[in-house]
Amino acid sequence: MIKKFNRRKFLVYGSATFGTSLLLKACANDETTTTTSATNASSPTATGASGGGDTIRVGILHSLSGTMAISEQSVVDAEQLAIEEINNAGGVLGKRIEAIVEDGASNWDTFREKATKLIDQDRVVAVFGCWTSASRKNVLPVFEQKDHMLWYPVQYEGQECSRNIFYTGAAPNQQIEPSVDWLLQNKGTDFFLVGSDYVFPRTANTIIKAQVAEKGGRVLGEDYLPLGNTEVTPIITKIRQALPNGGVIYNTLNGDSNVAFFKQLQGAGLTPDRYPSMSVSIAEEEVRAIGADYLEGHYAAWNYFQTVETPENQRFVQAFRQKYGQDRVTNDPMEAAYIAVYLWKQAVEKAGTAEDLAKVRAAAYGQTLNAPEGTVTMQPNHHISKVVRIGQVRNDGMFEIVNSTDSAVEPIPWNQFVKETKGYACDWSDPNKGGRFKAA
Amino acid sequence: MLIGLFDGLFNGISIGAVLLIAALGLAIVFGLMGVINLAHGELMMLGAYTTFVVQNAFRQFGEPFFEIYIFFALIAAFFVTAGVGLILERGVIRYLYGRPLETLLATWGVSLILQQFVRSVNWVLVIGLAVFCVLFFGGLWILNHRQNRAFHKWAIAALLPLSLGIAIAVGRFLADTYQLAVTRPWFGAQNVDVSAPTWLRGGLPLGNFQLPYARLFIIALTIVCVAGLYYFLQRSPWGLRIRAVTQNRSMSSCLGIPTQKVDALTFALGSGLAGVAGCAISYLGSVGPNTGQNYIVDTFMVVVVGGVGKLVGTIVAALAIGTVNYLVGSGTLAILFTPIQPLADFFTFFATTSMAKVMVFALIIAFLQVRPGGIFPQKGRTVDA
Repeated sequence: MIKKFNRRKFLVYGSATFGTSLLLKACANDETTTTTSATNASSPTATGASGGGDTIRVGILHSLSGTMAISEQSVVDAEQLAIEEINNAGGVLGKRIEAIVEDGASNWDTFREKATKLIDQDRVVAVFGCWTSASRKNVLPVFEQKDHMLWYPVQYEGQECSRNIFYTGAAPNQQIEPSVDWLLQNKGTDFFLVGSDYVFPRTANTIIKAQVAEKGGRVLGEDYLPLGNTEVTPIITKIRQALPNGGVIYNTLNGDSNVAFFKQLQGAGLTPDRYPSMSVSIAEEEVRAIGADYLEGHYAAWNYFQTVETPENQRFVQAFRQKYGQDRVTNDPMEAAYIAVYLWKQAVEKAGTAEDLAKVRAAAYGQTLNAPEGTVTMQPNHHISKVVRIGQVRNDGMFEIVNSTDSAVEPIPWNQFVKETKGYACDWSDPNKGGRFKAA
Repeated sequence: MLIGLFDGLFNGISIGAVLLIAALGLAIVFGLMGVINLAHGELMMLGAYTTFVVQNAFRQFGEPFFEIYIFFALIAAFFVTAGVGLILERGVIRYLYGRPLETLLATWGVSLILQQFVRSVNWVLVIGLAVFCVLFFGGLWILNHRQNRAFHKWAIAALLPLSLGIAIAVGRFLADTYQLAVTRPWFGAQNVDVSAPTWLRGGLPLGNFQLPYARLFIIALTIVCVAGLYYFLQRSPWGLRIRAVTQNRSMSSCLGIPTQKVDALTFALGSGLAGVAGCAISYLGSVGPNTGQNYIVDTFMVVVVGGVGKLVGTIVAALAIGTVNYLVGSGTLAILFTPIQPLADFFTFFATTSMAKVMVFALIIAFLQVRPGGIFPQKGRTVDA
């Protein structure tokens, strides 16, 4: 079957491939220049931020391809919106912000490489990035070793407090714990826990079990679905056996499994009036992907919903839609990423410098911002205090906010329900305390 | 107790039916043709996206028509994926028959391309591709039909960059002129929502339990597909040719059966069935670029356990795996064995979704040690493909 490959053919095909690759190269180059010029109209100086030109370079590090691109692309959109707004309003310290966007490709090793590249090669002064805990844990050593700065915008399982990371999403006590309290008071005391089989749901469920037991409720069963599994019939049978007369389902499933879970829950007749469910990873974008028909009446706990009624939020939603299209929605991680850029800007302005990271860090503590979700404050433990809200899915795919805390909840990164970390706290403003100290 | 048993049986069969309808296409492509098609899951995904498109089209017609869109979606999904399968077979796989490793790599590449295609497909991409295909393949076709073959050798070298360049230029021109209207992805990286018509939601109440209509529908659809496939393979002339070619390719070829046509037809049929399965699963799970990945391992497992080359094996294996998975995973076995304490403890340990999967895989490995050929091994003299 092997054909003879003579010289003439070799030349023909070779020149063909060469020509094609040249063409593709030309187009690819074109593409990158257009994107950079979109974020930065003035030409970037070769020396970069550290040279003290007229721009300040920051990095954006999210997955733009692979599994996580689904969620992370819209976070990048929100970050770029914030940068564009700041630039249009005159920039930071009179300089324009130039964003360098890198693709982590849903691969945690790539995240580490790209973080190193952003810090060493592009000489950025701060990085906004990561979504999954796995990617954050992988870049953490890079940021600590180079004593650099990462702004992380997603709600996570806690048990971490790095000097080099600012967490603008919720700590567990700012999402899970208030929602469990609310369920116990309003929806019943019998719980069934469903989650994906990895670190966040398992940690979250440990907290929930301890909390429910302490407050007089019962957890009657739990099960974990491997990521991407869509066969949930056995779980539904178990829920029916454990809670024959109805009860609360606490849902920490992530990704595609959610779709299967809610579609089949409805098919099996477990409706939200008897089996209300509380989810921590379903926001406006996920509701659209699952279909509001299947989710109507179920609950979710976040700090921000698109329906939050503050003037800042109306402005944020309007600006986002104007830039990216009228049918786009905003959600909690996007808002957290958006305010991360603003909090960084405020810290830089207070410090009077963007390059001296120790000064910027010290200036960040205590920064308050009238964010779309309400007033937030950066605490010395690198997390921010924020309002917690419970929303119920409406038939238009938006959330009806049924409950919100009276004031902002202080963040507690170290979990007080787990024996190993009970009694520990974190305070980076005091050099004697640091990331993990025994609180008096 | 009786109703509980019935519920268990129903759930086991309904899991099995999903496995079966997903594996049916693969049973033909892998089982009969011996092609390891790793893009099978992506063909299902294309079927699910077709359902999404048909659903949106019917939404405009209003209420009475929207209720029946699912039947048009099934037909459309079959023909779209069969078409893609045909292109795949003609374009890639026919050059790789009898080379399983190359097929494996090539189809895996195709699966990645298809995933990225649905993520980033927009008008610019489609128009660019269409322009390229018309120019390049049209140009080759014209050259092939000319008498003068003097500069035929240079055709590819000249045509490829030329048509690529024109296609890219057209695409960029469109993108610059119409901006967002043409550059916006049709589906994007997000999952899309496929809503079942109202009569497919909810379920049939039965004592304490409720049989979901979506499950009943999938069971019925699976039965129809299996029956149709059996009729086609056993009773129709093309079915006879397909069976002949799978048993002995060179002998069939000697007897005047157009093996190339048969190959293309078989592959298209298997792909079309994948599309039907994609339509069915869109009522149970998510529809997104990664949908196919969730099913590919299970489908291969079913075909291998059933015995490569035997349709009846696939049916039995799917139902058996489905039922075992349900009985272990839901804890029914643990309750059944309550009188015998150690056994009950053993099954309680495996009564979570992840551990049930571990147990099913362990059982399958043990089973394949005893019967390497699957439940119904292929008998008789066959030519190794």
